[in-house]
Amino acid sequence: MKAAVIVFPGSNCDRDMAVALRAAGAEVEMVWHKDAGLPRGVDLVAVPGGFSFGDYLRCGAIAAQSPVCRAVIDHVHKGGYALGVCNGFQVLTETGLLPGALMRNAGIRFVCRTVPLAVGTNDSAFTAGYARGQTLQIPVAHHDGNYFVDQATREMLEAEDRIAFTYGDEVNGSVGRIAGVLSENRRVLGMMPHPERAVDAGHGGTDGRAMLDGLVGALVAA
Amino acid sequence: MKARVQVMLKTGVLDPQGEAVRHALGALGFDGVEGVRQGKLIEIDLAGDDPEAAKRQVTEMCEKLLANTVIESYKIDLN
Repeated sequence: MKAAVIVFPGSNCDRDMAVALRAAGAEVEMVWHKDAGLPRGVDLVAVPGGFSFGDYLRCGAIAAQSPVCRAVIDHVHKGGYALGVCNGFQVLTETGLLPGALMRNAGIRFVCRTVPLAVGTNDSAFTAGYARGQTLQIPVAHHDGNYFVDQATREMLEAEDRIAFTYGDEVNGSVGRIAGVLSENRRVLGMMPHPERAVDAGHGGTDGRAMLDGLVGALVAA
Repeated sequence: MKARVQVMLKTGVLDPQGEAVRHALGALGFDGVEGVRQGKLIEIDLAGDDPEAAKRQVTEMCEKLLANTVIESYKIDLN
């Protein structure tokens, strides 16, 4: 199973993501934002956290226009998998691959702590390793994680069972405490919390492991 | 030709930064500040001098990059 981790100027969770995916059994290649294509045979594209392009204009807006993002959009349109974490989630909403937008946290402050995260659905390759309603402990670290969708889109996401995660307490003002959403074909997941930071007991917890292990396992089997 | 693009959060979308500014103004003793909304002003120098073409071009810029129309609205002024 082959994964590509995208690297923008300002990405800072790219290597953590690569380490976590390798630990889960993936073969990982780093891909620079100026590359016009993805490596041959990529099953999963991971868009990591960080501050791509210094968060200029809007978080993820400039990254979403980079050459590699056009390749990521093609990959997804062909049925490929993509995972966007934190800034990666912001990038995926800016490309239009996921609905909604991430705004400045309602409390204005940067939030950096481990939060309880409820699993909204286990009907995806990302979340199949969890039970619906299960509470995970996963770290967040963001200033702009306040997820906004209009009422009609929120109802559609609920009706289609596409809300992957919600916060167990008030973190950033997100509509419906939404922390992560799936695409219509359930192959793209964007989430503000960092599962790649929760794969090593020495770093405080391993609740992210079931996601990455399950995802890599599902794609190996596919 | 110069285009000035004003980008604001849409009405109904809570603006946490504007709210923080409103609180700060209150703390400084400015009474009667009922609301503050914060946006962006982007100035673009354009080579052409056809206002119609410029309007079309800048509208496309707004839709593709300058504004996120999920949460933001924009207004274009040309001169």
